[in-house]
Amino acid sequence: MSTQPHIITLTIDGRELSATVDDSILTIARQHKIDIPTLCFLEGLSTWGACRLCLVEIEGTPKLLSACTTKCVENMVVKTDTERLKQHRKMIIELLFAERNHICSVCVSNGACELQSLAQECGVDHVSVPYRYPSLQLDSSHDLFRLDNNRCILCTRCVRVCDEIEGAHTWDVAGRGIDAHVLTDLNTLWGDSESCTSCGKCVQVCPTGALVQKGTAVAEMHKQREFLPYLTKMRRNHP
Amino acid sequence: MTPEELHDVGQKHREQDAKTPHHVRVCMAAGCMSQKSDEIKKTLEKAIKEKGASDPCKVKCVGCMGLCSAGPLVRVDTEGQDSVMYQNVTVDDSSEIVQSISDGKPVERLVCDTNVPFFAKQQKIVLENVGEIDPDSLEDYISVGGYSALGKALAEMSPAEVRSEVEASGLRGRGGAGFPTGLKWGMMARNESETKYIICNADEGDPGAFMDRAVLESDPHRILEGMALAAYATGANHGYVYIRAEYPLAIKRLKNAIRLAARAGLLGHHISGTRFSFQIEIRLGAGAFVCGEETALIASIEGKRGQPKPRPPFPAQSGLWGKPTCINNVETLANIAPIVNKGGAWFASIGTEKSKGTKVFALAGKINNTGLIEVPMGITLREIVFDIGGGIPDGLSFKAVQTGGPSGGCLPDRHLDMAVDYDNLRDAGSIMGSGGMIIMDEESNMVDVARFFMEFCMSESCGKCIPCRVGTYQMHNLLDRIAEGQGTHEDLALLEELCITVACTSLCGLGQTAPNPVLSTLRYFRNEYLDLIGEQHIPAFVGQEASQ
Ligand SMILES: Cc1cc2nc3c(=O)[nH]c(=O)nc-3n(C[C@H](O)[C@H](O)[C@H](O)COP(=O)(O)O)c2cc1C
Ligand code: SF4
Ligand code: FES
Repeated sequence: MSTQPHIITLTIDGRELSATVDDSILTIARQHKIDIPTLCFLEGLSTWGACRLCLVEIEGTPKLLSACTTKCVENMVVKTDTERLKQHRKMIIELLFAERNHICSVCVSNGACELQSLAQECGVDHVSVPYRYPSLQLDSSHDLFRLDNNRCILCTRCVRVCDEIEGAHTWDVAGRGIDAHVLTDLNTLWGDSESCTSCGKCVQVCPTGALVQKGTAVAEMHKQREFLPYLTKMRRNHP
Repeated sequence: MTPEELHDVGQKHREQDAKTPHHVRVCMAAGCMSQKSDEIKKTLEKAIKEKGASDPCKVKCVGCMGLCSAGPLVRVDTEGQDSVMYQNVTVDDSSEIVQSISDGKPVERLVCDTNVPFFAKQQKIVLENVGEIDPDSLEDYISVGGYSALGKALAEMSPAEVRSEVEASGLRGRGGAGFPTGLKWGMMARNESETKYIICNADEGDPGAFMDRAVLESDPHRILEGMALAAYATGANHGYVYIRAEYPLAIKRLKNAIRLAARAGLLGHHISGTRFSFQIEIRLGAGAFVCGEETALIASIEGKRGQPKPRPPFPAQSGLWGKPTCINNVETLANIAPIVNKGGAWFASIGTEKSKGTKVFALAGKINNTGLIEVPMGITLREIVFDIGGGIPDGLSFKAVQTGGPSGGCLPDRHLDMAVDYDNLRDAGSIMGSGGMIIMDEESNMVDVARFFMEFCMSESCGKCIPCRVGTYQMHNLLDRIAEGQGTHEDLALLEELCITVACTSLCGLGQTAPNPVLSTLRYFRNEYLDLIGEQHIPAFVGQEASQ
């Protein structure tokens, strides 16, 4: 049942590109080296559409739409880096920095953190919203890994990789609004989790220093994500 | 039931009713029930039994009569005479009311004048049966023409014809966004699928809103008929009513209505002997405001965490369990049966150019008559506030009217003569919303109003997307500082900047509209913000270095 995919053309930042109707704007943009910032998106996982950094302008649509979740449509005209988008992205990153305690100088992920590099890319040189300084839990109960809620940005990559790839569904989100947080099993300590297989995928996909390997010192935690596209490709070929 | 059978049942029921010259209708919707109207009904029945009144007299439980502030309400309808409405009735008044029926002289001290604008200026389509029929009686509904629209559609109309009547009516969704219902149904119908769903959105989460509750409690069959018509028109075969668990009375009556309709063959397999089958189930929501948003509502029915998803894809393309799904609000669905019966053109003759029909509002706040009203689109705010609402109590003056709840805005007196419709309200910086209308007097503090709604949005934010999760928190903090007299001009500037980012970048309607109360109060009452800031010399908030 391999039907020929329907090929369409669309314009992204003035370039005419071809795509299928199953491709997202983000996929096509990346294929052509058009850079759209992302945080919750990770190739190989389902799309989540929550960080709102990949928002783009689409002609004829009053709302900004997330490039990771929006599929290409014939004759669509997309803009990915207008002044307005840049301002919004900066503000979103500032909001993230102010939400929890992101103190890079003492973080094991310093220098290898997606939030940090995004802030640099997007030109965030200061945070204009007041810091909240919440006091949040650290969970070091697992033999190999550690969760530091102070550095979590709620991208839910860990939740998705654990559910969709590992099939364990150890992680989930509890609480709502500003009180939302990730947790293991039914709010047990990670070390006591019965479903966790200790595979470490969650640690590898986490964009910040929220999930890390134990025993790493400041700026030592470098994450390996290459396994994900590889795994998903293998699974597609051998269903 | 076939249309003929429906007709016969209705006829018989009307004849039966006509044998009783006096009907005493007691409001048994949540408002009056909370003041023991169920006991009033009992004592009335007891008094009638004891008196052994000369003429037969029947006490009937009905739904909301509208003027909730004067409840409990009781109405005596005598054949060939004007009805008499009694207000603030207590259990002790029962025997006097019964005595008055045989005397033919109303109890003057309890009479509620119905010849006033509150009643006279209303036009009822959605609420036409509300307060008239017994919500627990299928025959009562049929006797006022209930299920005749469904019978007519199944017998004489194709699904496309039903859709084109709804399209011609110009009906727009009453759940908040005002999306044309005919268009939505057309999209649904075009998406081929073995299974399609109709969902009635009865989550009604706006603080102070109770329009949908009143309809569900008072005329539940109307919603079932509307859903069945929607299903027939769009090719759906399964329906859900998503209703908040905080509405136990509405749930009870809805359950009963579904049972009665299914037993009469008006729901279920092969309705009216045709090939059309449609069943309805109830799903209870746990009272999260965000679960009224359609994608979150779908997730909640699927048993997942009630969190929205980016659209597109829209539910009409991929909704409940990935199937085409049409979600309509209670009030939207309540308009369908009359549109099918009387035609789209009739409906389109009411209202303004782009907003047709009527709208139900829940009047609340600093106003003399609080309660439920239904008015034609295009009526002015002044008529609603001063004629129907009876003006502002305690000799104070009007300051603002808030529409659209936490997603809406506050409009000042210069907008009082504006015709109420979707577009005018939006252009003025508010929205129609689902129908909450809060009146504020000169003593209200608009910064406090903005802070109240922001607090609501902050605590109802699901936390999925960053701008809403953190933005509402930050905006609330800034409003708090300003309201407490500690704000600075920099705070105000940051607040305005945040309003724009949160509105433009949030994932769902909750975040996208959360800044509206702030933006509209800033637009019309900026002075109040500035007065509170005054000459604050607290050091301006200076940017903090990002910790990189
Ligand atoms: C945060 C949020 C809450 C909502 N709550 C409700 C609600 O309680 N009832 C409702 O009918 N629609 C609600 N809506 C609107 C629905 O998403 C949807 O637009 C509506 O049910 C569609 O029906 P309609 O076209 O008949 O208006 C809400 C939307 C948002 C963004
Ligand atoms: S806008 Fe608010 S309620 Fe909607 S998805 Fe984002 S966090 Fe959740
Ligand atoms: S990457 Fe698209 S919303 Fe996060």
